[in-house]
Amino acid sequence: MSKLWLIIKREYFTRVTKKTFILATLGTPLAIALFLAVEIYVLSYESESNRIAVVDDSGLVKGTTKALGDNKTVKFFLKNETFEELQKTYKEQNYDGILHLPAKLTTSKNKDLDIVYFSEDKLGIVSKDFIEKKIGTRLEEYRIEQSGYDRKVLDGFETQIALNQKTGNKEEDDKSFSAEIASFIGLLVGYIMFFVVLIYGSMVMRSVMEEKTNRIVEVIISSVKPFQLMLGKIIGVGMVGLTQLGIWAILIPAIVMLTSMVIGGNVDPDSMQDMGALGGGDIDPEETLHKITKIIEELSNLNWWAIIPICLAFFLGGYFLYSSIFAALGSAVGDDAAEAQSLTIPITGILMLGFLLMIAAVRNPNSGLAFWSSMIPFFSPILIPARLAFNPPWWEILLSFVLLVGAALFFVWLSARIYRVGILMYGKKATMKEIAKWMFYKD
Amino acid sequence: MNVLELDQVVKQYENHTAVDNVSFAVPEGSIYGLLGPNGAGKTSLIRIITTITKADSGVVYLNGEKLNSNTPSQIGYMPEERGLYKKMKVGEQLMYLAQLKGLSKANAKKEINSWLEKFEITSWWDKKVDELSKGMQQKIQFISTIVHRPKLLILDEPFSGLDPINTNLIKDEIYQLNQEGTSIIFSTHRMEQVEEICEQIVLINKGKKVLDGKVKDVKFENKENLFRIIFEGTLPAHIGDHFKLESLSENELLIKVPQGEDSNQLLAELIKNNVHVVSFSEVLPTLNEIFIKQVGESDE
Repeated sequence: MSKLWLIIKREYFTRVTKKTFILATLGTPLAIALFLAVEIYVLSYESESNRIAVVDDSGLVKGTTKALGDNKTVKFFLKNETFEELQKTYKEQNYDGILHLPAKLTTSKNKDLDIVYFSEDKLGIVSKDFIEKKIGTRLEEYRIEQSGYDRKVLDGFETQIALNQKTGNKEEDDKSFSAEIASFIGLLVGYIMFFVVLIYGSMVMRSVMEEKTNRIVEVIISSVKPFQLMLGKIIGVGMVGLTQLGIWAILIPAIVMLTSMVIGGNVDPDSMQDMGALGGGDIDPEETLHKITKIIEELSNLNWWAIIPICLAFFLGGYFLYSSIFAALGSAVGDDAAEAQSLTIPITGILMLGFLLMIAAVRNPNSGLAFWSSMIPFFSPILIPARLAFNPPWWEILLSFVLLVGAALFFVWLSARIYRVGILMYGKKATMKEIAKWMFYKD
Repeated sequence: MNVLELDQVVKQYENHTAVDNVSFAVPEGSIYGLLGPNGAGKTSLIRIITTITKADSGVVYLNGEKLNSNTPSQIGYMPEERGLYKKMKVGEQLMYLAQLKGLSKANAKKEINSWLEKFEITSWWDKKVDELSKGMQQKIQFISTIVHRPKLLILDEPFSGLDPINTNLIKDEIYQLNQEGTSIIFSTHRMEQVEEICEQIVLINKGKKVLDGKVKDVKFENKENLFRIIFEGTLPAHIGDHFKLESLSENELLIKVPQGEDSNQLLAELIKNNVHVVSFSEVLPTLNEIFIKQVGESDE
């Protein structure tokens, strides 16, 4: 046991003290923060503010431009000159352009109307969108006023429908449930699982190959059993993975929040809203708010105290299963990186298949496909975490986990049998057939 | 008392028998040569002794005990193909390897420091292995092999890849360890080194033991009654009729006495013919010659 612990310690500390590890672990959240900051900055960037002279022939703005309302980059100034006069003098008066509201704006009943913005410089997308929206809103109000309807009455006509799904089980139904959000969480968790297993599994493989190529392995296994060395390596690297994920789980949300607070604080909420409109077409701010509160509600309704340990358990099971296979393959190839690559293709393929099954399962969480593929240990580490947001039955999770643990133990055992022979084999390339034979070698 | 005893050890792989019924004993405190051509089964034997693999049948005793989980801490093994973790610092690496051999942390540190001092390389503690030259790495490798003061030291081709200076340095250390009571198995196919270093040998070929015993005895048993004579005067022409002339130069003669005859007969014949014998000595075969002859025979 103490020797196993020594190996775990070495595998762990040589990795976490490496410059590349520290760089990747701290660099990733920083890179995300930087990306976020740049994105916010770029989107909210608008050359200086636009001073816009407004010529109102329509009576829409009624004596004051305040009816339109400024934002940080667009400032309106109502002028009494005519549009033609202003075209000659607007620059001297230090305006960036002239917005002409023609008389037909208030007389026309059309839905689509063109108005003119006169300037030598073109407006940025955000400003253009802002102006269009302001005038559109103002015109809508104007038309309501003209029609004699009460605004409040009209507002009362607006509806918002939420589809509430009932299963007949009261406990279940009490949880407000949104399939959309659950799908998103499921996909995200499955996605992370996929990459984590792949990345740390191949890290184990590289480490085995390195020891074999270095020839230190024979010295080590004259002190410890090959199984101890392999297990120590798998556990050590797994702990490195958990460390990295743990740091990211804390650092990334923290740094994202911090960035949006520092940089986002300078961004005008109006223009943020405009950005939203740019990205997602016509999103009603109220609707967005409603969605956000709904998401937060859903997130807090999920049973994180169950989800996190289950994810962790399935991660560990999947990690042991796959990394032991990676270790066995690494022992068989030695220093041939190209061969290592070709041997890992089938495993990556299996993982990919699991990934595709996960997508299908998230779409149809209660289907037979989702159930049966969750029972296959090669897929369950991706599938079960992805399905957790849909509250699969407990017995299903438990059964899947038992099968996973069984398979993981079996493959660790099997891989150890290949590993102990493989690490001492040099020279000719091992074929799959030979590797299979190694399982039956005596000690 | 024997530090190591092998009793009818057999190890089979899929298509061949790597170790075929081999028995021998290594006396405590000796330097013992494990000889054989490449592929004879030396490494397979060593892997059984170091508990890396297990014998299919037969028994191995270390200090009179069957091999067990304590065995690794009593053996120091330097494989032919050796290596270290390249990115690890010298000190950490030695600490790790020593602790794997069962030394406590404090003890490991003490031992490592005393060895680094001995080789005057204490400043290497924080150096990474791949910053060291090959010769320097060999020193670290050697320290890692003996840091836990093994009772039995197994060196597989220890001098391969070493320059003469480092060869001598390691050789001196081997002698010194031996004097302090460490038994040493020295596996090689380089005979001149064996003759120089080992007191006893076992020769294996194709997994089988060909011969074993003290170097002196092995040579004696394999002698061919060959004599070197330095003389003055003229040799009688008929001398080659009875004795087999191996070579003849101006005043030096190499000649074989037929099996079972006394060398005095040769001497008497020379004196009778008025040849002045300046020197008369028996030529014992070198281990290399015995090796080639025996391996040739066992191959047939």
